[in-house]
Amino acid sequence: MNEPVLVEVKNLKRYFPVNTGFLRTTPLKAVDDVSFTIGRGETLGLVGESGCGKSTVGRTILHLYKPTAGEVIFDGKTVGPGTIKEFRRRAQIVFQDPYSSLNPRLTVADIVGEPLDVNKLCKTRKERTERVRELLATVGISSEQMTRYAHEFSGGQRQRIGIARALASRPEFIVCDEPVSALDVSIQAQVVNMFEDLQSQFGLSYLFIAHDLSVVKHISSRIAVMYLGHIVEIAGANELYRHAVHPYTVSLLSAVPVPDPERARASHRIVLEGDVPSPLHMPSGCPFRTRCSRATAKCAESCPQLEEVAPGHMAACLEL
Amino acid sequence: MAMLEVKDLHTSFFTPAGEVKAVNGISFNLDSGKVLGIVGESGSGKSVTAYSILQILSHPGRIVSGSIKFRGQELVGAGEEEMRKIRGNKISIIFQDPMTSLNPVYTVGNQLMEAILLHTDRNKEQARARAMEMLELVGINEPDKRLRQYPYELSGGMRQRVMIAMALACEPDILIADEPTTALDVTIQAQILELMQQLQKKLGMAIIMITHDLGVIASLCDEVIVMYAGSVCERGTADEIFYHPAHEYTKGLMRSIPSIDDDEHERLVPILGTPIDLLNMPEGCPFAPRCDNAMKVCLTGRAKEVWVGRDHLSACWMNVKDGSERGLVQTDDDGQIVAIDLEGTLDAAVKGGQAQ
Repeated sequence: MNEPVLVEVKNLKRYFPVNTGFLRTTPLKAVDDVSFTIGRGETLGLVGESGCGKSTVGRTILHLYKPTAGEVIFDGKTVGPGTIKEFRRRAQIVFQDPYSSLNPRLTVADIVGEPLDVNKLCKTRKERTERVRELLATVGISSEQMTRYAHEFSGGQRQRIGIARALASRPEFIVCDEPVSALDVSIQAQVVNMFEDLQSQFGLSYLFIAHDLSVVKHISSRIAVMYLGHIVEIAGANELYRHAVHPYTVSLLSAVPVPDPERARASHRIVLEGDVPSPLHMPSGCPFRTRCSRATAKCAESCPQLEEVAPGHMAACLEL
Repeated sequence: MAMLEVKDLHTSFFTPAGEVKAVNGISFNLDSGKVLGIVGESGSGKSVTAYSILQILSHPGRIVSGSIKFRGQELVGAGEEEMRKIRGNKISIIFQDPMTSLNPVYTVGNQLMEAILLHTDRNKEQARARAMEMLELVGINEPDKRLRQYPYELSGGMRQRVMIAMALACEPDILIADEPTTALDVTIQAQILELMQQLQKKLGMAIIMITHDLGVIASLCDEVIVMYAGSVCERGTADEIFYHPAHEYTKGLMRSIPSIDDDEHERLVPILGTPIDLLNMPEGCPFAPRCDNAMKVCLTGRAKEVWVGRDHLSACWMNVKDGSERGLVQTDDDGQIVAIDLEGTLDAAVKGGQAQ
């Protein structure tokens, strides 16, 4: 990675207290000691199964959830009480569900204009309208549709409105939390292309969270794989897909159904046994050991740390 | 005779805003022991096709015309009594969302035994034994304990296994799987697909696999139907559809999915525009407004299905045009297409399409 670092996440933790008895709570370790960096203009993909903590990572970075421990350094400054306001303007989020993430009582112009008001970015009413029109044009929505409400749009169009809103405050970093998962295949490609265009137009950095591995591979320059709150492997996109070393990544990649009948017949799926353990009752040592075919007694003792296996390629496994 | 014959099925929803033609003339045959995939985007009518076969359409949906024959027995217009003997017994279904399709107030055992008690003459004891056997078959350990549990006590993958066990308990001839893995994670999806493949081989039933995921289709299906806006775009063997797509929509769909193997970063080629409003269906091809190669004829009339290869039919005017350029279209005196065969293996004549 050659780009200067824009976002640095250091030992980030986020625990949620869960009531497990009368006057007793147990911490649910949704994100447990996660560190990585994102360069300027770079896209870091974050993949993992539901409940692995990938969305929590995104939201904790933005301080939508208060981190339990660890810090986020944005453009050289630690995000904290003094810098949060500025950070919130420069870092934005696009949510997964284009239906519940837009206020049904606001017109599109007001939805997109809200970040402008909050950050006091426009001095006059006219300037605001002009900026909203420009933002909507950027995402391919015509200005005649400005006075409509969210329910009048299709899923793909709503997602475009969500993106326009994220762009309103001229951010440098956007957390994309499964932004195309709810969309149909033919629309998905439109939105993915738009993310790429916006990135080159505005020099944006993305944290692209998704569970669809082919989409993540397509859009990301580097990819981090999460399992039960931990990052188990992180590498360049092509490197990860060709030379995955962590047993979880290997089985995850082999489980992706390929749209090619001949290869599907020839390929061998590595089917993982069982389900993901509950994050309330984490296995000791390596979180993946309960489903891992290579697990040994050693794996139950200590939690493996990320170690470099090739330049720019880190994995957390004791059996490597 | 095929086990299931669907002919020119039309199913509509009569909403206050007007008639929504959810399924607009779909025909297919399903032989025993085959896996048929129906692929399409949301609103393409793939689930409604399945619900029409079982006649579990919700109000205000209704089969308008067409015929569905199961082993020669006409199901359209069949009474509720007759349908009950078929549902869950001869044809059963797995729904998309295992979270909501199990009843939360009954135990897993109770729900599993219901179908067995209803359709077979087993007594309660035997039904319980059968339920346990089914849970073992779908790879659930401690079946005895699971039978006494409620759905909320199981994980998503486990619930989908229970759904499959329930659907297979009476050894149906046809299993309809309506997006069975869409709500599941990739590794759990792999488990369920593996399981369905094994069970299909073991029990020899036919499967209708409904999904929007071309990857799932490729790994499971012998034959594929591609649907768009209630109509069939093309159908044929999986290899034909994936390696020689003939309909412009299928071609677009294939181009718009990112490949997991390419190291080169290639820009995706999306299908432009938005899905069609089913309330205001155009006269011509429903895909024409989004099609790059749309011709004048596409806006005025629908292309009939024509043979574009062995075991491969497509309903696209481009195929007709292509065929006439290569001298493969034969028309009768009224300009009706009589036959087209791009592979030179003339094995059927399709009537009704209007040549340009």
